[in-house]
Amino acid sequence: MQIDWFTLVAQVINFLVLMWLLRRYLYKPILKAIDERESKIVAQLKDAESKKKEALKEREEFNKKNEKFDSERDELMQKVIAESKEQKKKLTEKARLEANALKKKLDDEILANHAAQKNEIEENIQREVLEIARKTLADLSSVDLEKQMVRTFVAKVNQLGKEEKEKFVSTLASGKDPILVQSAFDLSKSEKSEIQKEVNGLTKKEYGFEFKVNPKLISGIELSANGYKLSWTISEYIHSFENELNDPIQDKKDQPSDKK
Amino acid sequence: MELSPDERVFWEYGFIHINLTLVTTWVLMAVLVIVSYLITRRLRTDIRISRWQCILEMLVLGMNKQIQEIGLEEPKKYLDFIGTIFIFIAFSNLSIVFPGYVPPTSSLSTTAALAISVFLAVPIFGISESGVIGYLKTYVQPTFIMLPFNIISELSRTLALAVRLFGNIMSGGLIVAILLSIAPLLFPILMTVLGLITGLIQAYIFSILATVYIAAATQESKSKKIKLKPKN
Repeated sequence: MQIDWFTLVAQVINFLVLMWLLRRYLYKPILKAIDERESKIVAQLKDAESKKKEALKEREEFNKKNEKFDSERDELMQKVIAESKEQKKKLTEKARLEANALKKKLDDEILANHAAQKNEIEENIQREVLEIARKTLADLSSVDLEKQMVRTFVAKVNQLGKEEKEKFVSTLASGKDPILVQSAFDLSKSEKSEIQKEVNGLTKKEYGFEFKVNPKLISGIELSANGYKLSWTISEYIHSFENELNDPIQDKKDQPSDKK
Repeated sequence: MELSPDERVFWEYGFIHINLTLVTTWVLMAVLVIVSYLITRRLRTDIRISRWQCILEMLVLGMNKQIQEIGLEEPKKYLDFIGTIFIFIAFSNLSIVFPGYVPPTSSLSTTAALAISVFLAVPIFGISESGVIGYLKTYVQPTFIMLPFNIISELSRTLALAVRLFGNIMSGGLIVAILLSIAPLLFPILMTVLGLITGLIQAYIFSILATVYIAAATQESKSKKIKLKPKN
């Protein structure tokens, strides 16, 4: 248990050499590597931090854009909805108007058809009724009836109003043609002379008379001269009845056009 | 029976003699340097590293942390010295697992060399930190009367360092040798395991004490800095 001084010195030198070698091959590289890694990690952390910040910023930006986009979309959607509502309203209105127009047209057509049918029926009825009247009166007509008619005609001439009388007289005076007297049957002489007498008495002039038989009159007498006509015939009554019947029909025909 | 590996001499020329202590030390040094070189030549600075690099980093950083905890603010400055003491003693002591191996720390010459290294390193670090006067002032702390006691303490602690390490390691080896002759089965193994623990603890104690001594020597500059701080 003695100290070997040579060994002691040698060990001190050995220790110093070992210290240098370990410094060279162990501590320095290890500490350097640790420092480098730490600085790298710090850099990476900083980088990550900056990236995180950037990402947050981008996310914020994205969110803002998203919100803006959403609001724009909502706005557009609202606009589109409003436009579509407006369009719908317009189209509905248009369709309603068209439908109304069509309905009106259809109603008019129905009414027109109905009126036409009614008119046709009425006209047929009229025609039939008149035909029946005409036939009945034609069948009933006889000489006695003619006599009665002459009397009635003469009475009618007598019953003319003042103005009518003046018109009648002036018309007869203006022309030279003979007065045409038409009857459904041939008149007897007495009847002819009665008529002549009555007319001459009214006009206080002698006029020439021409007597004609016209079966179309059915029954009655018609006096015409210079465009003036004075008559009493069954046919005339029927005509006036016919006219009366036709007037309401004409009125009904006019009614749809009045509505328009 | 050899009490010290110094006694086994391989080659001699005048006062120069190569004994087992020196040869073992060189082999240990060579192994340490080669292993360090092999590991550190391919160091990676990525986050993924090799397990060997990880072990070395843990070792270096652990030592750094210990030095810092004792009170040396810049551990990198003292790592070379204290780290080498710890690694050498620990490696030397742990190698007793190899049969026939005699640790160089069981030689009083080696432990004395290490203790002398500490003895010399304390004033070197102290002077480099706080200057000659600053370092010498530590000998008259807290009063001038303490000067002789401080000098005695300086010498006695160096002696204590050397003898403590030598005694522990030598006794461990001696006990194993004695037990081998008495009970060659099991007991020597247990004692070797105990020796491993003792060896590691001694390495720790030696390096920690060296750190404490250096820290005490550099206290002057530290107290100056603390005093200056409030003025700033």
